[in-house]
Amino acid sequence: MDDDAEIVAEFLVESHENLDQLDRDLVELERTPDSRELLSSIFRTIHTIKGTSGFLAFNRLEALTHVGENLLSRLRDGKMVMTTHTAGALLTMVDTVRALLEAIEHGAGDADPGVDVESVVSLLERVLAGDVEEPAAAAAESGEQATGPELESVEDAPPAQAAVEGGEQATVPELESVQDAPPAAAAAPAPEPAPVAEELLEPALDLAPEPVLEPVLDLAPDPVLDPVLDQVLDQAPEDVPAAAEAEEGRRGVVDSSVRVDVDLLDGLVQLVGELVLTRNQILQRTEAADDVELVRASQRLDLVASELQESVMRTRMQPIGQVWSKMPRIVRDLAHQLGREVDLEMDGHDTELDRSLLEALKGPLTHLVRNSLDHGIEPPPARAAAGKPTAGRLLLRAYHESGQVVVEITDDGKGIDPRHIGDVAVRRGVVTREQLARMEPRDVLDLIFRPGFSTAEQVTNVSGRGVGMDVVRTSIERIGGSVDLTSTVGCGTTMRIRIPLTLAIIPALVVGQQGERYAIPQANLVELVRLEGQDLRENVETLAGAPVLRLRGRLLPLVSLSEALGGEKADPDGLTIVVVQADETRFGLCVEEVHDTQEIVVKPIGRQLKSLPTYAGATIMGDGRVALILDVGGIARTRAIGAAHATEPEVQVGTVDSRALLVLEVSQGRRAALPLTAVSRLEEFELGRVERSGGVEVVQYRDGILPLLRLAPAIGLAESPPAEDQISVVVHEDGQHRVGIVIDRVLDVVEEQVVPTEVGRRNGVLGSAVVQDKVTDLVDLDAVVRPLLAGAR
Amino acid sequence: MTVTTLTPTSGGPRTTGTTGQMCTFWVDGLYFGLQVEHVQEVLRYQQLTVVPCAPDAVHGLINLRGQIVTALDLRCRLGLPPRPEGELPMNVIVRSRGEVVSLLVDDIGDVIDTTEVSLQPTPANLPPTVQDVVGGVLPLPGSILLVVDAERAVDVSTPDTTGGTP
Repeated sequence: MDDDAEIVAEFLVESHENLDQLDRDLVELERTPDSRELLSSIFRTIHTIKGTSGFLAFNRLEALTHVGENLLSRLRDGKMVMTTHTAGALLTMVDTVRALLEAIEHGAGDADPGVDVESVVSLLERVLAGDVEEPAAAAAESGEQATGPELESVEDAPPAQAAVEGGEQATVPELESVQDAPPAAAAAPAPEPAPVAEELLEPALDLAPEPVLEPVLDLAPDPVLDPVLDQVLDQAPEDVPAAAEAEEGRRGVVDSSVRVDVDLLDGLVQLVGELVLTRNQILQRTEAADDVELVRASQRLDLVASELQESVMRTRMQPIGQVWSKMPRIVRDLAHQLGREVDLEMDGHDTELDRSLLEALKGPLTHLVRNSLDHGIEPPPARAAAGKPTAGRLLLRAYHESGQVVVEITDDGKGIDPRHIGDVAVRRGVVTREQLARMEPRDVLDLIFRPGFSTAEQVTNVSGRGVGMDVVRTSIERIGGSVDLTSTVGCGTTMRIRIPLTLAIIPALVVGQQGERYAIPQANLVELVRLEGQDLRENVETLAGAPVLRLRGRLLPLVSLSEALGGEKADPDGLTIVVVQADETRFGLCVEEVHDTQEIVVKPIGRQLKSLPTYAGATIMGDGRVALILDVGGIARTRAIGAAHATEPEVQVGTVDSRALLVLEVSQGRRAALPLTAVSRLEEFELGRVERSGGVEVVQYRDGILPLLRLAPAIGLAESPPAEDQISVVVHEDGQHRVGIVIDRVLDVVEEQVVPTEVGRRNGVLGSAVVQDKVTDLVDLDAVVRPLLAGAR
Repeated sequence: MTVTTLTPTSGGPRTTGTTGQMCTFWVDGLYFGLQVEHVQEVLRYQQLTVVPCAPDAVHGLINLRGQIVTALDLRCRLGLPPRPEGELPMNVIVRSRGEVVSLLVDDIGDVIDTTEVSLQPTPANLPPTVQDVVGGVLPLPGSILLVVDAERAVDVSTPDTTGGTP
C-alpha cells in the first residue's frame, strides 16, 4: 500500500467511526435539542471530515460537509433551532457522507456520479435559508424515517445472503428484500445466491404495496425525497462489485481492522503467559505418559499455545512505518512554511515496536523533525552560500540494536555550535559562565535539553517557544528511552532516540546465584568475562578491600552479586564476570553461574519490595518459578560505584556511535585512532599462530584466513619490537573481507568531538587530532587496508 | 496447584453482620480469622523464590497463575517463633489495595459464621507485634478467634513492624 492509500484508509476507518458516533449524537440531539455539548461534538466531527477531505482533495465530500458544517454552526450558535426537520436533513447528510466514503473505499473516489451530493447540498441550503414549508418538512421527515432503514440495508447487507435470509424469514421487513434483491440479482456470476434471489424478488415485489412501503412510494415524487431515493437506487448496482468482492473473502478497509482496548490486549498477554506455563507443566507430565492420544493432544496444545503466544505478542507490535507515513506531509508543510527545501529520506519502515511506545514516540519525533527543519536546515540561499545543495537532506532511520529500537533524525544543516549554545545558556541563566567554562563541548550541547532553553532567534510558528527539547527528553525517558545528539558545526546534526522494544518483554541474561536465578536486562549487558588461575591472579587486584579488574588496560570495579544480595563473599578459583553498564557507570558483576539469554516478561513486584533498589521487577521462568530481575543501576548506587566513577572520563564510554573512536597505541607510545564503527572485534593471537601466505602474514580465524596488517609501518611509523608471545589485533570487516590490524595495544574508546587538523597528514593518516589531550593520528582506514583487500578480491 | 475456592457456607440471612464470615487458620497454635471478603483463595504450599535483602517477613515470591505474589510469613509478622523445619506453610491469598499478597500460615481451618458474636478489643497484654496485626478478638465457644486486619498484616514497609526473628 503506498503512502496515499494508507492515509485514505486511515481516513476511512476514522470517519466511519465518527459517523457512527454522529448518528447516535444526532438522534440524541433530537431528544435534547438544546444540548450545546452534543452540537459541538457533532460540529467537530463534521469539521474533521471536512478538513481531511479537503487535504485529500475529495471535493464533493468537502462541499457537502461544508454546508452541513454551516448549518451546524448556526445551530450551535443558537441562530437556528433544532427541529426534527433539521435533524432529518442532517441525517440525510450523514448518510450521503457515508455513501461517498464507501464510493471512495471501492476506489471510485468521491466523484462517483452514483452518489447524489448536489441535491442533498441544496436540501441543506434550503434548511439553512429556512424556507422549507412544513409539508415538505414533514415529507422530509417521514421520508427520512422510511429511507433510513433502506439505506442501512443497502449499505450493510451482506448482499445476497441478506436477501436469502429475508426470504426465509417471511416476516422480515419487506423493504430489506426489495432493496437487496437487485444487487443479488445483478450479481449473477455468483452462482448460488442469484437464482434464489430471483425467486425471492417476486414475493418481495408482491409485498411492495403493503403499508410499510407506502410512504416511500407516496413520497417518491416529492422533490425533497427524490435525491434520497435516487441515491438509494443509484447506489444499489454500485454495491454489486463490493458484494462480489465480499463473497471472495476480501474485506473492506473498515472491516479488516478492529480497534481494541490496550488493557484488553494486556489482559490477553497475561492470560497467554499463564497458558504457556500450564502447557509446560502438561508437557512435562505427558512426556512419560503411555496414552498416545494424550501425548498427541498435548503436542497440539504445545503448537497452538506457541502460535497463540506469538500472535498475541504481535498484536501489540506495530511497524514504525505508521509514524513514518505521516512525516512526508509534516515535512512538506513545514518546509513550505519555513521556506526550506528538504529532501526527506526514510529508512526502516518495518521496524516494529510496542504500540504504546509507538504512540509515545509520535509527539517527540514530530518535535525533533520540526527542530531539524527550523534550526538545522538552513534556507536555500544560506545553503548555497555554504556550498551545499539548496535542498537540505533529512534522514529518518529506525533499526533494532541490542534489544532496543534506535530512531535517528539526521539533517545536513548548520549543526549546533556549542559556543552559541553556551552563550545563550549563560544569557538565560541556565548555567553560570564559570560552570560553562568547565564543561565539555558535549555537555554544552546537552544544555539544550534543559527546561526553558530555546535558541531560536525569533519565535516562529513552528518552534522556539522555549518548551521543547526538555519535553522531548522527558517523554522519551518516561518510556524508558534516552535521547542524545551529535552535531558537527556546518555539517549537520543527528538526534538519536533509543527506546526499549517493548515495556513488557525484554531479552535478559539469566544468571545463577545461591541456587536462585536472576535476570539481567540485555540493555545493561556489555560482555561476559571468565577468569581462571593465572589470569585471575594477574588481572584482579584488591585496592583497599575493593576488587578491580584490569580489562583491556582499564580498571573495572567488581561487585560480587552474592554480596550485593546480602550474602557472604565467596572466594572461588574462577570468576565469572558480567560486565554491565547503567547510565554512565560500568562495572563487573561476579556471578556463580551464567545460564542463557532469554526473553522474559517483566512483571511488577509487590509494594513490600518496591523500596529495594536491587530489583527492577520479577519474571516467571519456563518451569513456572519466579526469578527476580536485577536493577543494575540500583546495585551500582547501593554499592556506591556511580558516585566514585562517574567523573572519570573513561567510564563515560557511551554507546557506540559513528563518532566514537578506538584509541590505539602503535610504535612505542604513539597514538592512533580508528572509528569504532570500523572495528568488529578485538582479538589476541599467539605469535605461534601467525603463518605466512605469499608476502602477507595471516592467522587462521573463524574457519577462514585472516590477513594481518601491521599498522605502524602502514601509517609511516617505525614498528615496535616484536611482542614476546602474542599480538593484539583489531579485526575490521568490509563486506565479505576481513583484515586483522596489528597494534601494540588498545588504549581506550573515546566519544568526543574530534577536530582533525592538517598536521601529520600523510599516506594512511587523515591528519592528527587532539584526543584526550594527546596528539593522535586519525587512521585513514580505507587507504591502509586497500592494498590487502585489493589482493583478496 | 490445588485451589480451594471459598464458597461461604450457607449463612442464611444473617450474613449482614459486622464481622460476618471468617476464614480461619492457625499460626503457632493461635486461632486466627480473616473476613472472607479479603480472602481470594487458599492454596497449599507453593514453591518460593527467596528475595535477598527483603524485609524479614517477606519469605519469597510465588507464581500465582502468572501473577507474582509476595508471600509474607505471619509467624514472622506476628513476632512468633519460626515454623519448625520440615513443616510446610499454607497460603492464604489476600487482596489488599489492589494488590494480591499471600499470608503463610500453619494450617487452614473452616469458614465460620461469626455474625452473632461481637468483636472485642484485643487484650492489652498480648505482645505488641500481635496487637499490631490483630484488629480485635471474637470469643467463640471453646476458642478465641484473633481477627487479623488484612491491611495492617500486609504492611511491612516500616522496619519496626517487621517484628524480626525472635
